Amino acid sequence: MKISYQWLSQFVDLKQIEPQKLADQVSVTGIEVASVIAPDAGLKKIVVGHILATRPHPNSDHLTLCQVDIGAEEPVQIVCGAPNVAADQYVIVALPGSRIANNEKIKRGKMRGEASEGMICALQEIGFSDSVVPKEYLHGIYVFPEAKPVGQPVFSFLGMDDRLLDFDITPNRADTLGMHGAAYEVGAMIHEKPRFPEVNLNESGAKSSDLIKVSVAEPELVPQYLLKVVENITIKPSPLWLQIRLWNNGIRPINNVVDVTNYVMLEYGQPLHAYDYDQLSSKQIGVRLAQADEPFVTLDGEEWHLRPSDLVITDGAKPVGVAGVMGGLNSEVTDQTQTVVLEAAVFDPTSIRKTAQWTNLHTEASTRFEKGINAADVETALRRASQLLADLAGGQVCEGIAIGNQQVRQPLQVQLDPARVNHVLGTQISRQEMLAILQDLQFDYQDQADKILVTVPLRRWDISIEADLIEEIARLYGYDKLPSTLPTGIQTKGSFNRRQQLIRTVRKNLLAHGLDEVISYSLLTEPQAVAFTHTPKPAIKLAWPMTQDHAYLRQNLISGLLLDLQYNLAHQQNDVAIFEQGNVFQTVDNQNQPKEVPMVAALWSGQVKPTSWLTKTRQYDFYDAKGEVVNLLTVLGVADQVQFVADDTIAQLHPGRTAKIILADQVIGFVGEIHPNEQQALALPVTYVMQLDLLAILNTELPTIVSESAAKYPAVERDVALILDQNISNAQVVALVKENGGKYLTDVSIFDVFAGEKIGHHKRSLAYRLHFQDPAATLQDEQINKVMLKVTSALTENLKAQVR
Amino acid sequence: MSLKQRLEELKDQGLQDIQAADNQQKLNDIRVKLLGKKGPITEVLRGLKDLSNEERPQVGSFANKIKGDLSSAIDDQLKVLDQKTLQRRLAHETIDVTLPGRPAPVGTPHILNQTIDDLEELFIGLGYEVIDGPEVETDHYNFEMMNIPRNHPARDMQDTFYITHDLLMRTHTSPNQARSLEKHDFSKGPLKMISPGRVYRRDNDDATHSHQFNQLEGLVIDKHVTMADLKGTLEVVARHVFGEEREIRLRPSYFPFTEPSIEVDISCFACGGKGCRVCKYTGWIEVLGAGMVHPNVLSRAGVDPQVYGGFAFGLGPDRFAMLKYGVNDIREFYQNDLRFLHQFQREVK
Ligand SMILES: [Zn+2]
Repeated sequence: MKISYQWLSQFVDLKQIEPQKLADQVSVTGIEVASVIAPDAGLKKIVVGHILATRPHPNSDHLTLCQVDIGAEEPVQIVCGAPNVAADQYVIVALPGSRIANNEKIKRGKMRGEASEGMICALQEIGFSDSVVPKEYLHGIYVFPEAKPVGQPVFSFLGMDDRLLDFDITPNRADTLGMHGAAYEVGAMIHEKPRFPEVNLNESGAKSSDLIKVSVAEPELVPQYLLKVVENITIKPSPLWLQIRLWNNGIRPINNVVDVTNYVMLEYGQPLHAYDYDQLSSKQIGVRLAQADEPFVTLDGEEWHLRPSDLVITDGAKPVGVAGVMGGLNSEVTDQTQTVVLEAAVFDPTSIRKTAQWTNLHTEASTRFEKGINAADVETALRRASQLLADLAGGQVCEGIAIGNQQVRQPLQVQLDPARVNHVLGTQISRQEMLAILQDLQFDYQDQADKILVTVPLRRWDISIEADLIEEIARLYGYDKLPSTLPTGIQTKGSFNRRQQLIRTVRKNLLAHGLDEVISYSLLTEPQAVAFTHTPKPAIKLAWPMTQDHAYLRQNLISGLLLDLQYNLAHQQNDVAIFEQGNVFQTVDNQNQPKEVPMVAALWSGQVKPTSWLTKTRQYDFYDAKGEVVNLLTVLGVADQVQFVADDTIAQLHPGRTAKIILADQVIGFVGEIHPNEQQALALPVTYVMQLDLLAILNTELPTIVSESAAKYPAVERDVALILDQNISNAQVVALVKENGGKYLTDVSIFDVFAGEKIGHHKRSLAYRLHFQDPAATLQDEQINKVMLKVTSALTENLKAQVR
Repeated sequence: MSLKQRLEELKDQGLQDIQAADNQQKLNDIRVKLLGKKGPITEVLRGLKDLSNEERPQVGSFANKIKGDLSSAIDDQLKVLDQKTLQRRLAHETIDVTLPGRPAPVGTPHILNQTIDDLEELFIGLGYEVIDGPEVETDHYNFEMMNIPRNHPARDMQDTFYITHDLLMRTHTSPNQARSLEKHDFSKGPLKMISPGRVYRRDNDDATHSHQFNQLEGLVIDKHVTMADLKGTLEVVARHVFGEEREIRLRPSYFPFTEPSIEVDISCFACGGKGCRVCKYTGWIEVLGAGMVHPNVLSRAGVDPQVYGGFAFGLGPDRFAMLKYGVNDIREFYQNDLRFLHQFQREVK
């Protein structure tokens, strides 16, 4: 709500604190003031003019020449194109050299040969929004309802010299969605007691309860429902002062009755509704839940099929309003209305919230009913509106109130322990200071032996426990006065757990090897979510996704990396080596929450980075990816327990260029090339990926490292070159070598792979270096020869190897 | 010609030859020729036996002296030649040191992770544990345990991606408060934890909104933890991240799970508080929300609010990074354009 500084000062002595300063203070002690709005900001030389005479423009059929008194010695001529311009109007004149809305400058000029000394303005032209301009002036110039001093700036006559504090309330402080609530808040802050005018009603004639019968079918949902009848009213525009209050709050003035209900809502925070009495066929008002699909037309002309959770107001039979949200077209106040029924109520916030949400009718009224109403002021607001209708519409206020329900709870009493306040805040606020703050808040209290018993007024329904009162004390005492300390007490140890350490190690290593880290979205399309996994699970879908692009929980990290690659390719970044560490989500039978598995995945595409004048450029290949995987597995301590096995089971990967990674009989990941079909579909160059399940690695027990001295005796190396059928894998050879290499074989490394005509069709040559070491003695040639013989004969026998 | 004269002559000739020698081989030849067993000086020394007893030692020592002089002249000349050889070699080996070096690969950590890593390390130093929690949360932990029952208006503040009636993408890292409170053994001392992670909101992605972003939760519960402790802790964070000169300002706010609740502003690091575009001319920038843990949150998790209490805070690494580095569009964090990511290659900030 926009709190008018001028209006506020009618309730609280603001001690001439500048609006901006007041706003800053409110922000720090209570409610964030998003901005201080000056409606006349940037405008100048805009004055009241009096149109003395008009005549048609000789060269135009829609322009009018106006003789306008602008307070100068002589009237000036202004050309005006508005259809509603006429003699004897008091209007808004932008003088030559003035600035109007959007920083537009007005110059003296000629229009179709006639001089024009400025411009007669519509409200929009001086910064009003279309949504607040009274309908009769929406498509023409604005005309003051009464004479104003000519030549004077218009701002004060239109409320534009006011300053509006935009209270950006949190959901708990809806008590300030009315001027009275705002006055209590500001008053507490500046130690001023707010004062509000009394409501004095002249009631006469019939009793409201005789004129209208009221029944509430859902008293639990409608704790208060009060009606009052006002007869013999004359519908006309509201006085300007009231219109100003409304338009400065973003509400369009309509007529005196509607405006009064809105005005009182702004005063008390209590939404009101006015029904045209003569349109209520049975002179009954009922409040009940809607029937399923019950048809209803709201006063904005929209047609609805209501739901059984919606509260409706009826005329005894059919709905005439959606309770707390919007009235109906069928009982709307019109120019012909003579008698109105005013309604003030409290509706269940949850019920209103539901209706406002599904209808998407978030009105000034529904917002307030949802967030809470001051139960103490419901009747007062009703009486206040009646009083204004008497004053402004000549209405006769009928006696009493027709009561549908009027349950007003007792104010809460909450104990405040001054010691507790200081214990929680870390302060030394004296009891006297606390009592002074309670006084500033206008809370009643009893100062008891050790505690203070506080009676919380109904207007502060956000306060129900001691902690709430501690907050009141703290904010009004001033957070700037809180000391700054650090928690004391028993020392605690801060450290990363094993999982966090492992993840850090993984990231650190990939970074050190030149891969850039990315963070992709966890929510993807269904095909993206379930791709690149050996064990696809049923996809987990959001109930109401925002877009189909982000509707399913990912089961792999590769799809996200591919999106990142595509983004980079689209921006001429073709050499990409990236990785992501994050969770994938897998449904588990009989378990509500999915399993979240920490994974790491990487992607390589384009030229090997970094490129340099020193090195030949080449494209990333499978072995870059695999090498990185092995590096990772090595620092994680599981490399020698891992097997790479050719794999053609993931549809999105090249069946001849993919290996699954197996640790303790469990598949923990893969490394491979994106399938050519997939590459084509995504318009990618050749791309390699890998993914590893970090949880599986984390769950692998690692032996304690026990150090041994480096061997003192010389090691021996022997090379062996083999010609093999090309379908014999390196893994087969290495396994056989290890099996036969004896206890001194410490390592087998391949140093050459060659295929070509020389060797023969479907053959290839593999060359290995075998490392031997006896930790306790120098190895003898004979020993090694024996072992080598065993190795080579095993290779010949089992793999038909030719030893070269 | 006396022996002495002969020796003088040999010396002069020898020195001339040595000076003229322009490689090691020539010098070696000179050494052998002049000083060797068959050389002229040896020859002269053989003639000593014909000299008188008085002359013999004189000429003898003179001959030795000349031998010594020539020998050291050869050594000197050798050094000169070595020096020349070296000079030639060095000149030959000279390279263009302004050519680029062979680059070592260097990857850039994502700036959001750098921000989180930095905060984690700060809090580890302050004795906090780092807690991980599920991204797919139950309504129970995400809302009910955080004092946000169904139909609570605060649920409007956090538009939620529901999966089922009870299951959702967590909207904040706060459920880890409840999870930690339930697990913690207070007989072993206070609970001090932070919990970073991904959170999700039902938002349309634009420059300032992202359906996925990060949060870092903090929680300290003990028998006597005060709001002043919260203020001091947040001051440490603000100064660590945004600079030692930062001041903080607490403003009242509302979160269902804290009471009192506050928003925390820092004095603008761009203008120092005078007012500029970054701080929207207020001198202050809102950076996080915090408060004293609501008694309902404690009691729901089985912790007695009469005995224990403390503070909680939640900050946004995305927002921190946007502020600190002037990132104007949150989507840049998730598009992963290498040119964007590489700007944060310098890890020492
Ligand atoms: Zn600034």
